[in-house]
Amino acid sequence: MSTTAPNLVVPHSAASAAHGRPIVRLDHISKTFSNGTIALKDMSLTIGEGEFVSLLGPSGCGKSTALRIIAGLGEATTGRVEWPTMSHDAAGKPEREIGFVFQEPTLMPWATVFKNVWLPLRLHGLSKTAARERVMAALEMVGLEKFADSYPRELSGGMKMRVSIARALVTRPRVLLMDEPFAALDEITRQKLNDDLLRLWEQFGWTIVFVTHSVFESVYLSSRIVIMAARPGRVIDELSVDAPHPRGISFRTSTAYSDYCRQASESLLSAIGANDHL
Amino acid sequence: MSSMDQTSVAAAPQEEKVASPGGGIAPSERALRIIVPVVMLVALVGLWEWYTTAYNVPHYILPGPDLVAQSMINDWPVLSQALLVTLKITFAALGIALVGGVLIAILFAQSKWIELALSPYMVILQVTPVVAVAPLILIYAPSTQAALLICAWLVAFFPVFSNTAQGLKSTDHNLLNLFELYGASRWQTLIHLKLPAALPFFLAGLRIAGGLALIAAVVAEFAAGSAGAGSGLAFRILESQYRLNIPRLFAALLLLCGTGVAIYGVTSLLSHLLLRRWHESAIRREN
Repeated sequence: MSTTAPNLVVPHSAASAAHGRPIVRLDHISKTFSNGTIALKDMSLTIGEGEFVSLLGPSGCGKSTALRIIAGLGEATTGRVEWPTMSHDAAGKPEREIGFVFQEPTLMPWATVFKNVWLPLRLHGLSKTAARERVMAALEMVGLEKFADSYPRELSGGMKMRVSIARALVTRPRVLLMDEPFAALDEITRQKLNDDLLRLWEQFGWTIVFVTHSVFESVYLSSRIVIMAARPGRVIDELSVDAPHPRGISFRTSTAYSDYCRQASESLLSAIGANDHL
Repeated sequence: MSSMDQTSVAAAPQEEKVASPGGGIAPSERALRIIVPVVMLVALVGLWEWYTTAYNVPHYILPGPDLVAQSMINDWPVLSQALLVTLKITFAALGIALVGGVLIAILFAQSKWIELALSPYMVILQVTPVVAVAPLILIYAPSTQAALLICAWLVAFFPVFSNTAQGLKSTDHNLLNLFELYGASRWQTLIHLKLPAALPFFLAGLRIAGGLALIAAVVAEFAAGSAGAGSGLAFRILESQYRLNIPRLFAALLLLCGTGVAIYGVTSLLSHLLLRRWHESAIRREN
């Protein structure tokens, strides 16, 4: 299934060495929608602690569905999601310490930036004063501490996305799930946010599962890329990206980077059949 | 009007273009916004006065504005009493309609089955003309006042209910997912997400219901044919018609118009104040 690691010898980074202990395991997950569409067929995947895993594929390959199943939004038709290291609540459900970032910023337009970021804590019963420090810390991480009292409509698209990320981080999750978070942004803003996300990940070492349809974005960000194909949605290949961190412009313009991109693109193309009309 | 001296500012066109980077209106335009309607009003009243005197229109056909004003002052004790009665019914009906409409809309949003069971009756309530049911309500209600209240409520209830129900259903799906993800209870989802999301819809319903409550209070009084000391403006209008006291009829009509405009103004202002920071409808755009 998985391709051999590219024979470019690169030093093993601290970030990629850290993962070993599995944090979430998908065990033969399938998802069939009520209209008969097979969104996901027999997907198995183990994600280690501290990994940055990208799910890469064309639309309809079930990458978002997989992410939502990991998040617990919608049940798998068959198969199981296991969280080996997480504690379980009274009802026997794993207490998923996760943050989720949607494709749209998904902010409440009637609430200020502060109140939007406060929301996850507020739902767990934390008062405004009790949450203030953590909310402001999360806003500082994304560089928006000066905009706490602004309303979402007063912010640019990139800033809204940063608020969304701050909201996901405010609960200090162990796993951050991101569903094509930067797809709607312009290229320049997107690159900036990619860089910022990488800095935060290098600094805090969460586990990130990142859904994208951009080969270049996935290679730049990930320690491992899971390549998926559509009709039915399935995993077709895996590619580990053993480039050192911190990554920046020098990695993005290196031959190693373009080699990884070529490999990922070839995998994607190999799954597109002659009968697929894109 | 102290705004007269500001008209000279409006004469300088470049002044208008420079202003309002922060979304506000230029002072000159603000002055014009007051002056234009006032000038129009004065012109219309002047035309009315001129028409009645120039053509010698008898006052029992069309009284001049001076006669109407006189009647307003002389008959104020009677008219104000009637206005108070009409206002009481209007606001009581509107109040009950607001509470009831929002509560039932919330009930509908909680369960698909409740919605399925009750929505036909909501439609029946809405489509049945209130004038046609008024006689029945008069029989069943303990007093005429109660009957009027029920009639006005029937009319004002539906816009509040249907708008709020629509608003509660139109909540952003991703935000609902987010609340689910963070383990929000049904109550938390309602308070922190569904109700704020439904607010613009509710306010639109309120604006419609405010006007309708007044109309319904008057129509119901016509239908009920109430009379005597405890009567509202509708009865005074009928009474003036029978007695050919047309100036008083006009005065009563003016009071009704004024009340309607005031209700619309207050509900619009409320809507603006609540939505101006975040909702598209309240945001001024410059292109």
